[in-house]
Amino acid sequence: MIDQVNEKPETTLKAIDWNFYYGTNHALHDISMDIPRRQVTAFIGPSGCGKSTFLRCINRMNDLIDGVRAEGSLLLDGQELNSNDIDVIALRRRVGMVFQKSNPFPKSIYENVIYGLRIAGVNNKSILDDTVERCLRKAALWEEVKDRLNHSALQLSGGQMQRLCIARCIAVNPDVILMDEPCSALDPLATSRVEDLIAELKQDYTIIIVTHNMQQAARVSDLTAFFYMGKLIEMDLTQKLFTNPGVKQTEDYITGRFG
Amino acid sequence: MTHNSINGKAKPVGEKWVWLTSMGLAVGILMVVTLLGLIIRNGLAVFWPKPVIRIELQEDSRFAMRGTNVLGGMIAGTRDKIVQSVESQTGRQKQYEQEWHIMLGNKDVYGSSFRYIDLDAAVSVSRPPRAIMVERMEYGNAIGIPQSLELADGTTINANDPHFDIKLRSLVENVRKRRAKIREIERIQIGAINHELQQLRIKEQATRRQADASALSEIIDGINAKRSELTAQYEVLAGRAAELRKLQMADRFHFQLFTGEFHSFPVGNMVHIHYPNAMSFGDKIRHFSHGLWAFVSQEPREANMEGGIFPAIFGTFVMTLLMSIAVTPFGVLAAIYLREYAKQGFFVRMVRISVNNLAGVPSIVFGVFGLGFFVYFVGGSIDSLFFKDVLPTPTFGTGGILWASLALALMTVPVVIVATEESLAAVPRGVREGSLALGASKWQTIARCVLPASAPGILTGLVLAMARGAGEVAPLMLVGVVKLAPSLPIDHIYPYVHLDQKFMHLGFHIFDLGFQSPDSDAAQPMVFATTLFLILLVVLLNLGAIIVRERLRRRYATGAF
Repeated sequence: MIDQVNEKPETTLKAIDWNFYYGTNHALHDISMDIPRRQVTAFIGPSGCGKSTFLRCINRMNDLIDGVRAEGSLLLDGQELNSNDIDVIALRRRVGMVFQKSNPFPKSIYENVIYGLRIAGVNNKSILDDTVERCLRKAALWEEVKDRLNHSALQLSGGQMQRLCIARCIAVNPDVILMDEPCSALDPLATSRVEDLIAELKQDYTIIIVTHNMQQAARVSDLTAFFYMGKLIEMDLTQKLFTNPGVKQTEDYITGRFG
Repeated sequence: MTHNSINGKAKPVGEKWVWLTSMGLAVGILMVVTLLGLIIRNGLAVFWPKPVIRIELQEDSRFAMRGTNVLGGMIAGTRDKIVQSVESQTGRQKQYEQEWHIMLGNKDVYGSSFRYIDLDAAVSVSRPPRAIMVERMEYGNAIGIPQSLELADGTTINANDPHFDIKLRSLVENVRKRRAKIREIERIQIGAINHELQQLRIKEQATRRQADASALSEIIDGINAKRSELTAQYEVLAGRAAELRKLQMADRFHFQLFTGEFHSFPVGNMVHIHYPNAMSFGDKIRHFSHGLWAFVSQEPREANMEGGIFPAIFGTFVMTLLMSIAVTPFGVLAAIYLREYAKQGFFVRMVRISVNNLAGVPSIVFGVFGLGFFVYFVGGSIDSLFFKDVLPTPTFGTGGILWASLALALMTVPVVIVATEESLAAVPRGVREGSLALGASKWQTIARCVLPASAPGILTGLVLAMARGAGEVAPLMLVGVVKLAPSLPIDHIYPYVHLDQKFMHLGFHIFDLGFQSPDSDAAQPMVFATTLFLILLVVLLNLGAIIVRERLRRRYATGAF
């Protein structure tokens, strides 16, 4: 099922027969995939197909829900994530996340960016200042907010908030960034800015993006995985998957025949 | 939209019920406005000068007093009374007669200072322009026509003298300054000496109990030396106070009552004078603001019926503040555990229901609990551990402002818990997830994101708690409120904040004035004025919390969500 035509064989995340349950609801069935380092991998599929669930397995955000259970193996650079011994806080520092609905904290723009550092106990003013500028520049927000870093982050526009959330995420210097439909609440202009940003960030980070927007997946990703009913139907190079899908279901979905 | 099919006209179903909701609001507003209007009107009217009238009654009127048919005073109110009701063909007929409630003043001469007089009994009513109203330290107001001033040097100034009024006013001003001086000496300087003497007595008792015989006499000698030094200081101060008191009594004020008698009293007894029938509008405004300020800033006199309510305002303020300081952390922490950490289930649901029901427990129960637990158990233990030397006189083992505040904090904690829980629940899930996804622990998430976001809601809970706590009286009567407190809970004597002190409270003051005072006629206006200030204080405290809340809201105003 998984095509290994990857030029960069270096895998950062590896799932082997991954099963996931919400109580008795079997949400993910035998997912196996390799996600390469410093590339953009897109997850597509209809609502409720399990792509977000799988994404949230990677930084163990599903732990917040009562009665969840996982089987199989999920390896981040060889480290098993499906284990009680793992330090979830350290994991979440390595695997950042950008949410569907931008969720800035009720704090200033400055404090939002350095939140991850503050909770890790960094209080050196010059380090914090540098981080704020570096991350906001990387998130293409610096020019817009540099004069009002002490204003509330909640006064920004939707697109700015989402870029702020990205800046906040890269401030803790993660290896992997998970993006859960980061553009679904944004207008086309803001969307294109975030997409440009993803292309930029790809050089430093491994990005996994869940999207409902097929064009977006085609534009930004190197690999695309198609989920359906909790199963991984097909995963391939984006170019190949969108032009010459190997499975009938994938073709039906991307041509809009269902979904 | 649904259409009414019977008459064919398009009519939104149920819209007519809007009137029901608006009626509910209207009734609520009406009640609030009526109550507030009544209190503000009656409360402020106390300070507005009313004319003094001289009434000539019919010969042999049953209202005549002291062998004359003339009397006078200030109209405190008018009312209709039913004289008789007769059955007739058209039904029951009632006959009304108007009567005046006259404040006669001069309690030292007349005995009582209020009297009802039928309007019909008066032959003539006049407003003598020279009528004076004197607020006194004792025996309430004096009302009459001024005659003369008998000065200490033997000279007499007649009331017809053009300088009479100026002289009188300057004397009253001097008397006021001297009174402040006496107060400074007696309350502050002698108070400090008394405090030191008290400490010495405690020290002596303690040494007698503990020290062995050899060291004893030496220590006792030291104490006695210190004591005689303090006593000498005391004698000097007391002598100076007595001298000033004598000066207060030197000048005498002579006046004639409306009933004809001549009477006099020392100028030292005067607090404030005014000529109610000869006041311009500006004078009245000045009199009004002076009276208002005196009421707010002075201490009560004459069984609380005269003077001001400052100690009660201050006591209420400090108590409410202490209660807020106690209730907020307690309630917020409990709510955080209930909402964020506790595993939601049957047990937590029961706890939540119990907490909500706690808000419905009669407040007197909290008073009894406060007396049993805080005063006797906690206070008694503190006394036996830290204030052994003073026993059997209790320090914390008796009602005090700390115990009263804690009892009220216990009473209002459900309000804070419920409000906090609701505002915690209202914090968007995304904010928590965002924080956790950055590697924050649960506590860091709560402390840095959830609590700041829910702070406005918590302050709303605090506003409700303060409104409930500040007006509560019943539990306080058991845990530390008194009719007249000798000193304030915060003052100039080390350690400045006296949490064990008994205190005065506006709510209790209202009860005391209205139902416990010897002269209910004189107390009634004070009840209204005190109520007005209790409401004002609660409004001010709430306004403080609301301003903080709005600041927090503005600071993190929600943008484009």
